[in-house]
Amino acid sequence: MTSSNWQFDTEKSLVESHGLKLDEFEKIVEGLGREPNLTELGIFSAMWNEHCSYKSSKYWLKKLPTSGERVIQGPGENAGVIDIDDGDVAVFKMESHNHPSFLEPYQGAATGVGGILRDVFTMGARPVANMNALRFGDPNHPKTKHLVSGVVGGIGGYGNCIGIPTVGGEVNFHPSYNGNILVNAMTVGIAKKDKIFYSAAAGIGNPVVYVGSKTGRDGIHGATMASAEFDDDSEEKKPTVQVGDPFTEKLLLEACLELMKEDAIIAIQDMGAAGLTSSSIEMASKGNVGIDINLSKVPMRAANMTAYELMLSESQERMLMVIQPKKEELARSIFKKWDLEFEIIGEVTDTKKLILHMDGEEQASIPINILVEDAPEYQRDYIVNDPSPLISFESKDFEDKDILSDLLKMISHPNLCSRKWIWEQYDHMVMADTVVRPGSDAAVVRVHGTNKGIAISTDCSPTYCRHNPYEGGKHAVVETWRNIVASGAEPIAITDCMNFGNPEKPEIMGQFVECIRGMGDACSKLNYPVISGNVSLYNETNGEGIYPTPAIGGVGLIRDLSNTMTIDLKNEGNVLCLIGESNNHLGNSHYLSIIQNKEDGGTPSVNLDDELKNGKFILDCVAKKLLKSVHDVGEGGVLVAIAEMCISGMQGIKIDITKDFLHGFFFGEDQARYLVEVSQNKLEQIEVDASKSAVKIERIGEIGGTSISINSIGEIELSSLIDHHTKWFNEF
Amino acid sequence: MKTHVIVFPGSNCDRDVAVAIQNIIGSSPEMVWHKDSTIKQSDLIVVPGGFSYGDYLRCGAMASTSPIMKSVIENANKGVPVMGICNGFQILIESGLLQGALIRNSSLSFICRDIIIKPTNTKTIFTNKSKISKMPIAHNEGNYFANSNQIKEIEDNDQIAFQYCDENGDINAHSNPNGSINNIAGVFNKSKNVLGMMPHPERAAESIHGCDDGRNIFESLLS
Repeated sequence: MTSSNWQFDTEKSLVESHGLKLDEFEKIVEGLGREPNLTELGIFSAMWNEHCSYKSSKYWLKKLPTSGERVIQGPGENAGVIDIDDGDVAVFKMESHNHPSFLEPYQGAATGVGGILRDVFTMGARPVANMNALRFGDPNHPKTKHLVSGVVGGIGGYGNCIGIPTVGGEVNFHPSYNGNILVNAMTVGIAKKDKIFYSAAAGIGNPVVYVGSKTGRDGIHGATMASAEFDDDSEEKKPTVQVGDPFTEKLLLEACLELMKEDAIIAIQDMGAAGLTSSSIEMASKGNVGIDINLSKVPMRAANMTAYELMLSESQERMLMVIQPKKEELARSIFKKWDLEFEIIGEVTDTKKLILHMDGEEQASIPINILVEDAPEYQRDYIVNDPSPLISFESKDFEDKDILSDLLKMISHPNLCSRKWIWEQYDHMVMADTVVRPGSDAAVVRVHGTNKGIAISTDCSPTYCRHNPYEGGKHAVVETWRNIVASGAEPIAITDCMNFGNPEKPEIMGQFVECIRGMGDACSKLNYPVISGNVSLYNETNGEGIYPTPAIGGVGLIRDLSNTMTIDLKNEGNVLCLIGESNNHLGNSHYLSIIQNKEDGGTPSVNLDDELKNGKFILDCVAKKLLKSVHDVGEGGVLVAIAEMCISGMQGIKIDITKDFLHGFFFGEDQARYLVEVSQNKLEQIEVDASKSAVKIERIGEIGGTSISINSIGEIELSSLIDHHTKWFNEF
Repeated sequence: MKTHVIVFPGSNCDRDVAVAIQNIIGSSPEMVWHKDSTIKQSDLIVVPGGFSYGDYLRCGAMASTSPIMKSVIENANKGVPVMGICNGFQILIESGLLQGALIRNSSLSFICRDIIIKPTNTKTIFTNKSKISKMPIAHNEGNYFANSNQIKEIEDNDQIAFQYCDENGDINAHSNPNGSINNIAGVFNKSKNVLGMMPHPERAAESIHGCDDGRNIFESLLS
């Protein structure tokens, strides 16, 4: 075994260049009883970086509710699993690919999609839907357009080719992302309850098999790069970004699903961040066994690759499996049919160590428990700042006659305008099970061959989180819950993608802690547990952090697809009603930011009792077939929501409302509200039902005509609304 | 009716079209792996959409050299109905069964959305029940191109199958999603037993798709 006696300075810079702190290095020496060699140092660096080890976040993540009657697998596996009846399960997770997407937007986003797809089909599920949550800098920042085009191109390029529909997502712009964009990709898959695959290696002497693409030098140190801040020289990190090949992933998907029909796989783990290192160690750790690998057997794309490079490469479209020895030939023939690599590279051992050989020499020997159980875990210092104070706005400061022109400005702003330009670049209909396409509250896909569906929504309001991380954390969870309810589905569980700045700064850690607390309270109250997720820290450039962004991906179940709800207004003569209390909350609203160019006032508070009550009321009305369309009132408030319903349904509306403070009513962002379309003959029934449930309901106006008109104020033609709504991206 | 769907590495609409055939024609198709060499007896061969060979080299170019294509060409020459959808259309062009070329969309980006098409020749086995129909497109290279002599030839032989149009059936620049010459969305071979089209009828084949106009193509084959 090669071991070196480095000079202290060399050693220090080598340790630091691996993203490890000196005290962490001392812990390695102590654990091994000797100094690590370079390959071993690389392995520790890959396992102990923030991205793989969750060392700053683990303690807090444990506080989130993760169980429930429908939860089959919570956090800790490749993806979470929920029961969706009839022996079917939904498997899902969201993951960040922020750092690589900023350096190389097309490949960064593409491999983000590829990675999350593998997490889901590793579990035995056929992926059925992709979603995303994207955040870019100021729309006018010189890099923004390039980044948007690249990321959208990469997401589409990967998803379209592999043939999994990208059914929705969210896109927002804010200057806090100028130096660190966020690309969070989510995949939902469907499997049978009795055919879920896990990653725990088992069976001493069983073969460890490498399948998929060959290993090259791409992506070395990708996970370490993703655990550090950016500075002015970050462009130099571009070689750490991986390159995706969706065609190979399609072959890998089909080959894995074909092999999963046989009784051949004992354990399976995708090679994502930190490649062969993290996959082999996770399989060994979960199974409480050891793994020996002969690196000379790893299929290589480049000549003369070293043990260090092979262990740290993040080449895409690869999997590691432990298989039944008797099924080796069957497995080999399936991968051969799909023109993929299949190589036995090692075996399961009882040593509880990761032992690597190459060209007959031992390259590494590390006890698994040092790498996993003894990995650093920090309870970092945190400061919780007071939330921004609420400010009260008064009617006299606003001119009612400006309402319609303000609406036009708002719906043409990059944060509220139509995303059609984006989702038309995603194949959102392949697999022929898309029931609700992008542009509604939640996307809905049918469970193939059944009459039930899965509703999916991604959401977060970072400005709310910045000014009140606790309420913002609650809001992110509740917003997806409400979107799912608005599609007629019962919300079941979430995945989260926690995007924050540098956790070594107490105020950033405070944001993290408070967001988690808010999320946890919302999840508990709504019986809406967290079943998977990912943490992305160090989203900072030159010391400037992003806004706290706990992006949430929620999933719900529609038992009968005929109860699916969409936002488009259906029929002339029907009445639009508002469900929920309106309190004119304009603090940190889109109105304030777009029209008054201010980021001021507190975050709207989320009353979880009201959320539950109003959401349940909507689902009861859906079950009684009382509603024609439903839209959650979110960003931009009531009037923006009405405009979206009109544009989607190509219907006008005559709004008949008298209020003291019309700006507050139309643009306030109070929570727990929905707009519903009701036919005249059901109006009385719904009002009686609402009053019995103590739910506030207000008539807003009658559907019809070709414009939005507001009594005494004026009207705007639909054609003008559409022009304004689509303008920004059409001129992109 | 005995039907076959060819599966290439990278095909991704093979299942979708198989479901549509099962629902509309009433029997499930045989899925044929591209490395197989013969299709013995068939009443319809479908070359489905997707990204065969990842669209590497040129869309459809590599798939057109797969072993099964020899048999597809033989069957087509014998008069067996052969239908290529999206990437399948690209493959049929690359294999020489259909004329013209499919180049990048004029917008230079992938387009997934509903469009409207009008059957240009309703006297064929594929279009005898066709009407103005709404169905989705989803492609990056669907911009139909042929030189002026070829266009004249396919027009003179009534080989244009479908053209992009608006709600009223008017064929105009506004209703052309991808820059195709003369709004061409699909073409036949000379004897009209081979059809290639960019729109996806299998994605407009039941009520949950929001529109089931795509059925009329499969229903035409039944009559």
